[in-house]
Amino acid sequence: MSLDVAVSLSRDAFTLDVSFSAAKHETVALLGPNGAGKTTLVSILAGLLTADSGRVVLDDDGVGRSVGVVFQDRRLFPHMTATDNVAFPLRARRIDKHEARSKARAMLERLGLGDRTLAVPRDLSGGEAQRVVLARALVHEPRLLLLDEPLAALDVRARSEIRSLLRVTLAEFSGVALLVTHDPVDALTLADRVVVLENGRITQEGTPEEIRRTPRTPYAAEFAGLNLFTGALAPVDDGSGLLTTPDGEIVVAWPDAPRSLVPDAAAIVHPADVSLFLDRPEGSARNVFRGPVAALSKEGDRVRVRLATHPALVAELTAASAARLALREGTHVWASFKALEAKVVS
Amino acid sequence: MKRARLPGIVFVAAAAGVAFVVLPLVALVIRAPWSNALHELSKSSVRTALIVSLEVSLGATALAFALGMPIALALSRSAFPGRAIVRGVVLLPLVLPPVVAGVALLSGLGRSGIIGDALHALGVSLPFTAGGAAVAAAFVSLPLLVLALEAGLSGVDTRLEDAALSLGASPWFALSRVTLPLMRPHIAAALVIAWARALGEFGATITFAGNLRGRTQTLPLAVFEVLQTDPAAATILSLLLVAVSLIALFSLRGRFLVQR
Repeated sequence: MSLDVAVSLSRDAFTLDVSFSAAKHETVALLGPNGAGKTTLVSILAGLLTADSGRVVLDDDGVGRSVGVVFQDRRLFPHMTATDNVAFPLRARRIDKHEARSKARAMLERLGLGDRTLAVPRDLSGGEAQRVVLARALVHEPRLLLLDEPLAALDVRARSEIRSLLRVTLAEFSGVALLVTHDPVDALTLADRVVVLENGRITQEGTPEEIRRTPRTPYAAEFAGLNLFTGALAPVDDGSGLLTTPDGEIVVAWPDAPRSLVPDAAAIVHPADVSLFLDRPEGSARNVFRGPVAALSKEGDRVRVRLATHPALVAELTAASAARLALREGTHVWASFKALEAKVVS
Repeated sequence: MKRARLPGIVFVAAAAGVAFVVLPLVALVIRAPWSNALHELSKSSVRTALIVSLEVSLGATALAFALGMPIALALSRSAFPGRAIVRGVVLLPLVLPPVVAGVALLSGLGRSGIIGDALHALGVSLPFTAGGAAVAAAFVSLPLLVLALEAGLSGVDTRLEDAALSLGASPWFALSRVTLPLMRPHIAAALVIAWARALGEFGATITFAGNLRGRTQTLPLAVFEVLQTDPAAATILSLLLVAVSLIALFSLRGRFLVQR
């Protein structure tokens, strides 16, 4: 089972021309800046817009009605309860009311909303509403799940909650999942593969690791070529927290830290904020690591340095600095960044 | 205190305008022969006119809704060539003198009218029947109904309709489960407005359906007839219509009086 997309469409000065495919069980992120054509592509995949040419094929078959959509702006039906919202795709497929509702309740329960089945959308919190939207997209067991910026409209706490839920849900999902986002953190934390969309065209495709390590365009470098750390975040003292990743720990600034632990958090550090030293640095930075240079790549007057530290880091420095440090693969260096430079994103 | 945004003269002029509307109505109340009211209202001719009025106005509202809802949907949810023209034509009865509407209906649906001929052959005859009175009232209230429904439709987020479609709903399912339920208050308001207009219809009704007591004589026609012989009775009947109109207006409350 797989999804094959090859579509092109022209509107005024904008041209969208993309082709990519995704396999069963796979979550593919479509990552791109605003205006890259993501919304247009979502509309085409959701069946709301017809491309000028091309095709969207799922299982050697049209996508037809087997799509579940999580809309960026939620679009819950305000006149229906959570249960009836979730039952909607089933009712639309002529499944009888009783059965549709009981399936809808079961799905809400699975997503942790068993006690909110009779609430109407305006009484739901952001996180609850997003769960209902997700339930509504999944209840009819679609073969294609379309997630359009599923974390964009949420506050920090709800983001972390929904991110965890999405991770579990996507792992269990048997169809093709497409995550459309402008946020590299979403793409890098949730997807098996990332497709970078810029200006209506695909500029890079690869695993999150590949995109992070070797971004191919300035956009990818700027936004996806980040140091990303995920793990449990615990408050340590006033204004900072300790993020425990599977590959080491970092200290992050966390000004509005709650008292409790956030089990599924992410933090990013821009490669340009990582400083390299040949000798152990003495200074204010609380994150100091040592390890060998794993790879060097030159991009214009900048050099990206991959370090086999724990956790692994990418640093970006000017070609002049790299030359001054005489960096080569295997050179052991010290790397540091301040807690303030690690931005908690969920 | 907030600084005045309008020159004082505007308020004076506005007060004069309100008085212009209120004074005649107050005069109606003052001049009414209240002692005779019950007697006048219990006359069988009044009761008959009231029943005819209700039948005709409700029938007209139903007919206008059956025709107007699809028009409002097509105008607000689709783009087709000549849309602006269609809209203008549908709204025409709003500005047309009702008598002209009646003459037009006669030439269209009358015994010798373009379609009337065919209708007559089918055994349907509209002129000078209660059905004809309903058609005439529907003709003039249709534009108001379409306008009110269009306003309601513009308040329904089309993104919700798109969501319904992409979740697998057929256009019909999306319409009946999302669009229509979301505009229910507006539908109610539109029906009340159309009904009130149909209830008060005079010119098109008398032209197309005549003034036959017990068949096509609605309350406004009865008022006009009685006025020539018994002005006091006409005042009472007029007050009855004012009361009905006020009830209709009150039932709209927030919808059109405040929000729009």
